[in-house]
Amino acid sequence: MAYKRSQILICGGTGCTSSGSMNLAKELKKELVKHDIIDEIDVVVTGCFGLCELGPVVIVYPEGTFYSRVEAADIQELVEEHLVKGRPLDRLIYTEKGDGHHPLSINELGFFKKQKRIALKNCGVINPEDIDEYLGFGGYTAIEKVLLTMSPQDVINEIKASGLRGRGGGGFPTGLKWQFAHDAVSEDGVKYVVCNADEGDPGAFMDRSVLEGDPHSLIEAMAIAAYAIGSSKGYVYVRAEYPIAVKRLQIAIDQAKDYGLLGNNIFDTDFSFDLEIRLGAGAFVCGEETALMNSIEGKRGEPRPRPPFPANKGLFGKPTVLNNVETYANITAIILKGAEWFASVGTEKSKGTKVFALGGKINNTGLLEIPMGTTLREIVYEIGGGIPNGRAFKAAQTGGPSGGCIPAALLDTKIDYDNLIAIGSMMGSGGLIVMDEDNCMVDVARFFLDFTQDESCGKCPPCRIGTKRMLEILERICDGKGIKGDIERLQELAEGIKASALCGLGQTAPNPVLSTIHYFRDEYEAHINDKKCPAGVCKHLLDYTIDEETCKGCGICAKKCPVDAISGEKKKPFSIDLAKCIKCGSCIEACPFGSISRA
Amino acid sequence: MAKSLAELKAIREKKIDEIQLRHGKDGYRVVVGMATCGIASGARPVMIKLMEEVDAKGLVDVTVAQTGCIGSCRLEPIVEVYNAKGEKVTYVHMTPEKVTKVVDEHLALGKVVEEYTMTVVDGKIIDPNVKG
Repeated sequence: MAYKRSQILICGGTGCTSSGSMNLAKELKKELVKHDIIDEIDVVVTGCFGLCELGPVVIVYPEGTFYSRVEAADIQELVEEHLVKGRPLDRLIYTEKGDGHHPLSINELGFFKKQKRIALKNCGVINPEDIDEYLGFGGYTAIEKVLLTMSPQDVINEIKASGLRGRGGGGFPTGLKWQFAHDAVSEDGVKYVVCNADEGDPGAFMDRSVLEGDPHSLIEAMAIAAYAIGSSKGYVYVRAEYPIAVKRLQIAIDQAKDYGLLGNNIFDTDFSFDLEIRLGAGAFVCGEETALMNSIEGKRGEPRPRPPFPANKGLFGKPTVLNNVETYANITAIILKGAEWFASVGTEKSKGTKVFALGGKINNTGLLEIPMGTTLREIVYEIGGGIPNGRAFKAAQTGGPSGGCIPAALLDTKIDYDNLIAIGSMMGSGGLIVMDEDNCMVDVARFFLDFTQDESCGKCPPCRIGTKRMLEILERICDGKGIKGDIERLQELAEGIKASALCGLGQTAPNPVLSTIHYFRDEYEAHINDKKCPAGVCKHLLDYTIDEETCKGCGICAKKCPVDAISGEKKKPFSIDLAKCIKCGSCIEACPFGSISRA
Repeated sequence: MAKSLAELKAIREKKIDEIQLRHGKDGYRVVVGMATCGIASGARPVMIKLMEEVDAKGLVDVTVAQTGCIGSCRLEPIVEVYNAKGEKVTYVHMTPEKVTKVVDEHLALGKVVEEYTMTVVDGKIIDPNVKG
């Protein structure tokens, strides 16, 4: 029977796959066969819905019922109740925190209400391994429009007029980039189109989700870019740590070739385009565009000095357009709905939407897309559902290792490229980590510096040596060995590195340190002057004490202590030998009376 | 096989019908009572016929769904048709044969098939067979 009365969507993104969604799909089909209703119901594995926290996620249409944390053992009941008897299974329907209301449709969820999906329009909606579904949602109509009715300059003008800026973090106007590559002369006529899918920021997974959920939109957009600049060859540089993304992209490329949407003389025009995947081996610096091109060429992944810029001398020395996955994911919508429509979303200088991977101390961990100009407060409290365990918001980190921390006082900042830079952070590729009062800001700065120092390619001394020196200072502050003048030393080093490092990695590496010093200087001072960590994170600065008043002398803490640092007589207050104590916290967890504290 | 523009268009059109479910439709929503009582009195063949007819007549805006016990077990199989405003018409004692008429007249043309609805006399629901 062709008519399907219901469709069951199962999230097959990396998050839900690791919590077992592929098992669910198998179990589901088994149950549908058992009840002999397999012919009337479709099971569709999609890309990421965005609510990774609640995975594995299952949505049943036409109702749009949103089931969360579904396990294989639940499937039998789910099929019997919802699909045989038509009663939504209440106990698995997601309840938004704070109220007992069971929303029957995903459209009712606060998480989705404030979002506007352009780049993620098909993620969690279509089956990414089926080109026909992409076609059904209007896929490959943008390239059709471009090839049959527009000149390359028309395409570039449209992208320019839309105001689209690079979503990889820099925010360079995309149309202008294409214009440069279009105007650049190549002696043998060869030009390249490259996609940067080497997403490496800790906690960021926007690009992965597009690759996994809607790979054809990337292929279509890269073909449009190739037509605009006069190229016939493209590369997608994606990290090897994204196996599902790589697999689905390869399937999509094969399907597009099979349908004649990649290859020679597409739609019987003069335009030909071929696309290949190149796998990155896990170096963060290869997300920097010139290092990435070196890596594709088979050379060491080290940045090149600019100029010359890639638009003139890029991959293999040829004019090259290099954009990020999310940037490409906006292209087809701009072509189909027009630059004016796209420019109507967002703020004056930042048009359209931005995808963020929301993580850290937040209720709704996941993937979201918001119009530019949405405030941080809306993201944290309305979409993100606030901070868990009744803790207070302290800061949000954007831009990953290149960005900064935004304090509570700036929660009402409207998010766009320029506002974020003005407050000492940056858009970055879209990682957004929320921190509460239990996070130590010095420790956060140390964490990011540790990361960039580790990932520095070592080509230029400011980054190679400078970040190492900064890390040493941060480590000694956290260890309680900070000395007067360390804050000023950090600032001086930071300014030097920013001014002289060769590539973006080094130039932005000091940002997490500078912004935490700017907004949380008192925490640095407490570490250095008072040898205290106000958030209670830095181990070396904590002392554990047993309160003599409330200690009943039960001895449970002494038994739990792994280094025998606690001693005492039964029924009398115990004490901790601070010379032996390794500050592991086991005693605090063990004490039935809450008599042990750290400060 | 490389596809021509016309072939791509055909694939799109075929898929759009299937995908419609995920957008939410604006047309009639037809609900079949599928609790134990409904199933026992033959709701499944009714629903399957309904799906086949809706598909055959190309009524892409119509949603077919099922529900639990509607409460009048003696009148099962029950089929309820909601319009976009949420107003509903209840058809009782349905059979696959009756479905054809409901689809042709109500779902396609918006004409309620009075003879299959229930009748209330003195506050009591009367079997439609008694009508007339």
